[in-house]
Amino acid sequence: MGNALHLLSFGPGGWGDELAIGAWVTVRLALATLPFGLLLGLAVALAKNSKQPSLVLAGNIYTTIFRGLPELLTLFLVYYGGQIVIQKIANLFTSTHVEVNGFVAGMVALGFVFSAFSSEAFLGAFKAISHGQYEAGHALGLSTFQTFRLIILPQLIRLTLPTISNLWLILLKDTSLVSVIAYDDLLRKTFIAVGVTKLPMLFFSVTCLIYLVLSMISSTGLTAIDRRVRRGEARRS
Amino acid sequence: MTVPHEAPPAKRRVTGFTAGRTTGWVIMGLWIVLGCELVWKLTSDFDPAFFFKYMPKLLGTECAPFHWGCSPEGLVMTLILVAFSMTIGGVLAIPIALGRMSNNKLASSLSYFYVYFFRGTPLLAQTFLIYYGAGQESLRMWFQHINMWWFFRDAFYCCVLAFSLNESAYLAEIVRGAIEGVPQGQREAAKSLGLSKGVTFWKIIVPQAMIIALRPFGNEIILMIKASAVASVVTVFDLMGATRLAFARSFNFDVYLWAALIYLAMVEILRRIWDKLEIRLTSHIGYRSSK
Repeated sequence: MGNALHLLSFGPGGWGDELAIGAWVTVRLALATLPFGLLLGLAVALAKNSKQPSLVLAGNIYTTIFRGLPELLTLFLVYYGGQIVIQKIANLFTSTHVEVNGFVAGMVALGFVFSAFSSEAFLGAFKAISHGQYEAGHALGLSTFQTFRLIILPQLIRLTLPTISNLWLILLKDTSLVSVIAYDDLLRKTFIAVGVTKLPMLFFSVTCLIYLVLSMISSTGLTAIDRRVRRGEARRS
Repeated sequence: MTVPHEAPPAKRRVTGFTAGRTTGWVIMGLWIVLGCELVWKLTSDFDPAFFFKYMPKLLGTECAPFHWGCSPEGLVMTLILVAFSMTIGGVLAIPIALGRMSNNKLASSLSYFYVYFFRGTPLLAQTFLIYYGAGQESLRMWFQHINMWWFFRDAFYCCVLAFSLNESAYLAEIVRGAIEGVPQGQREAAKSLGLSKGVTFWKIIVPQAMIIALRPFGNEIILMIKASAVASVVTVFDLMGATRLAFARSFNFDVYLWAALIYLAMVEILRRIWDKLEIRLTSHIGYRSSK
């Protein structure tokens, strides 16, 4: 037991600092993916909600692809495929060897998956917001963008928050997949620690607990945000 | 006689290139170009030798069905993994869901933490925990002592165990949600008819709960098919594993595209079957789940 504590301590002999750095990388990756995935998801939802059949079709193709592919395969497609495509483009100008960063590949791949799922949530919310809201905005003389920002968006956030919260927790867990393309996230750091100490049970349990703590912190934060966006709602006794 | 109202003016049809239409066609054009590129890439330098060498590995058609001793690979392996995990997970889910709903403090908190743990940690980490964790010196001795080492030594069994435990947590929540989703009035009506608890549960609650659980259950199978790709990381040669092996040997990116098409086809077919199934099973009550 004392030995285990020593191995997990924050010192030259312990792996605590390595795991902490890994956890920080995991959190950073998830946080970096979030705005990218949300904006892309919103754009896809706007496309699927539009009156143009071509836009709707384009949005549906996007969702079908990225909801149907395993996250791990999406990651490989972006990582290796992106490498090939970028190399081809780079070859037009220079002869340098280009390497795709694991962080960027993870962010793009997880962002695609996140946006495919979140677009469905946004679409549902768009359908739930009545047309009268838009008309009221126009009647007040607001521009289309102002109507969206001041009237639609606050309702959109309130309606989609439960689904987005879920997707965030899934995203946080899916970041573990970047360890497979050798990016030093929490899981990969754990792997390195296991390789040296030969104590897989101990380290993988600790890593699972770290993920659990991250989920718990997220849940607490999301509940607080949920309470805030609902402050205008009528209270039900 | 009243004078008919003047008909409202006909809506002016929007013609020409509006911003939306242009964007739509540009993006659709992009998809079409990408699709053509994909077809062209897969056909232009099509190498039959390469195709016939690796495609059977991806599909797992090298082994005859039920031919023991030939370990299945590729798509067949993925389907076996999903079938085992969903079945074992489904069986495990029932006691967990009952525990979640029970009034017993111990049972409900135990099953709560079980569900919380398996839903709060990544499947990949759980698989590592079981597969590599069981190999820790002291544990391995113990497993050898109780003659269970053959189980934990094998990546396939470990994957089935990890996936089943993980899946049972998700399925338990679906079962619980479905049972609690049956309106309270149904229970009251059964009580007022003098039906016993058992009859109420099996004849009133369960049939309705099954309809509520239908769509989430279908989604769960799709999620499991996708999540089973994780098995490739611990040396199981499922569809993803066979693809990674083929890529490592040939450095031909096409294999990843084949795998993507196979996964997409599988998920789309299942989704369509489920849509049909839902319409068929719920046509008598006019039930429409919100998709």
